[in-house]
Amino acid sequence: MTQRLVLDHITAHYGSTRVLEDLSLDIAEGELVSLLGASGCGKTTTLRLIAGFLTPTAGTITLGGKDLTRLPAHKRDIGLVFQNYALFPHLSVADNVGFGLKQRGIAGEARAKRVNAMLERVGLAHLAERLPGALSGGQKQRVALARALVIEPPLLMFDEPLSNLDAKLRVDMRVEIRQLQRANGTTSVYVTHDQEEAFSISDRVAIMHQGRIMQLDTPEMLYQRPANAFVARFVGFENLIQMKVIAREGGNVTAEAAGGVRLSLSADRFGAIPDRFILASRADGLAVTDDPNADGIPATLGLRTYLGRAYQYQCETPAGHLLANGPLTRPFAPGTAARLVPVPEQCTILAPEDQNR
Amino acid sequence: MTRSVHPALIALAVLVFIFLVGPLVIVVGAALSDTSYLTFPPQGLSLRWFENIFEIAAFRRTIVTSLQIAFISTGIALLIGIPAAYAMNRYRVQLPGWLSTLFVLPVLVPELVLGFSLLKSVAVQFTIPIYISLVIGHTLLVLPYVVRVISASLAGFDFSVEEAAVSLGSPPLKTFFTILLPNVRSGVIAAFILAFITSINDVSISIFMTGPGISTLPIQILAHTEQFFDPTVASVSVLLMVLTVAVMAIVERTLGLTFLAK
Repeated sequence: MTQRLVLDHITAHYGSTRVLEDLSLDIAEGELVSLLGASGCGKTTTLRLIAGFLTPTAGTITLGGKDLTRLPAHKRDIGLVFQNYALFPHLSVADNVGFGLKQRGIAGEARAKRVNAMLERVGLAHLAERLPGALSGGQKQRVALARALVIEPPLLMFDEPLSNLDAKLRVDMRVEIRQLQRANGTTSVYVTHDQEEAFSISDRVAIMHQGRIMQLDTPEMLYQRPANAFVARFVGFENLIQMKVIAREGGNVTAEAAGGVRLSLSADRFGAIPDRFILASRADGLAVTDDPNADGIPATLGLRTYLGRAYQYQCETPAGHLLANGPLTRPFAPGTAARLVPVPEQCTILAPEDQNR
Repeated sequence: MTRSVHPALIALAVLVFIFLVGPLVIVVGAALSDTSYLTFPPQGLSLRWFENIFEIAAFRRTIVTSLQIAFISTGIALLIGIPAAYAMNRYRVQLPGWLSTLFVLPVLVPELVLGFSLLKSVAVQFTIPIYISLVIGHTLLVLPYVVRVISASLAGFDFSVEEAAVSLGSPPLKTFFTILLPNVRSGVIAAFILAFITSINDVSISIFMTGPGISTLPIQILAHTEQFFDPTVASVSVLLMVLTVAVMAIVERTLGLTFLAK
């Protein structure tokens, strides 16, 4: 039986407030999908729905073909790792890890053996008799992980598991989580607000906003080809220039931005260009040149910062404030009149914003 | 670091101390007096007034009644108070704010008023037997303490621990007993002790609820004093005092008194 998790047209409310709107998600067996977004975007609600702590007002949740939608939380057989660890304060590390096995009627030798094996795997066998209060944050999170994994759940879920740890430990732990998840091939849902964490650990990432998934894709695709303005901003596209096509000649398009800025863009290099669009890029998608005839956005260069691989400029243009990179070989002084030339490989054409609201 | 304390402050502290402890010393002294009337300082030393407590049937009966009422009403208050405190902490967001105020309201109403109203509009109205009226009155009396103390110990409880247990396959009700209760055990013990002492020492409500044939110890002490002026009441008071101090000592040893101050 493949442990595929499917959320089919889920809508959820808190009282009369709608917190999830027609959300669908399909996670393949063994895949780790992150739900990424700011607080209030619905990522934790989604996790709690899957766990069974909330009931959707519409839609179904199935795991391995079995309908979970109305199943009580304690019968769902899902391994959960909480942000604040949620260890049982009155039970030893070993009893914490053995708790799920106990509920499944696994007793004595068999339980002790599995608990020990699991504690070995997370490197905590020597602390088996400690109480959670005597552990460090990283150790607590390992116990929480062991406790969720030992029941060999068909689905593992993580609710911001690393946000209470310090930076160094966070990186170590996420590698550890990924390795354990890979080794077990467990289908997983990982909730976080940390983009780096989500991108580094996931097969796919769902970027959420106001109860909807804005884009579900591999980290590579999200990073390079955001599907809409929201995702583009989220993954760090600083320059979003609203444009309107004013002329089309064969493969070439002339488009105008605010302030009468005109650019000609080649459809072979940018792909299909709709009549209204957003030209989106990071700073390296706009190249600074002092050639006054270059086909670019006229700009006055402001503050220059050194990035190691390039110089970055704060630029004032008729189309608004933009960020652009210039060559290391030619630093420009503030106040220089320059042109910002779009680099097609680093730019993306997006639908205008009002259409994805 | 040494700090000089103003002599007046020391004098004041001594005065307060005398004021607090003085009456207790007088009661203990009077209880040990060999005379047949209440007097201090004691004249002669004797334990015969302690013996006398147990020779008077009314004292024997009321001690038993008081203990029974205290146990039963504290038990009922715990049965109501624990789920109430749990619900108010667990679903704090969903529940209206005045609900927690409602549970401490009996403390704000003068006990005499509470006792009188209970007598007039409950006990007499529905012709409830004396013993049951006493249980009802005392339950009401101690419930706020129970809710308050258990709420305090639940305030620090992380309810995601409960969810963790449920996600691992433990049904909600079982989780309440195996996960939640063990973690608020000290709160439950403290609530029990506080409620028990409050019930044992209560006069204001009991005086309305007691009646022919059934009385509690403090009421019996009052009745006895009205008729006899012998040191028996002092001895009973000392007995109550010892009981209370013993209970407090147990709390202090196991949980620390600061716990009750929370």
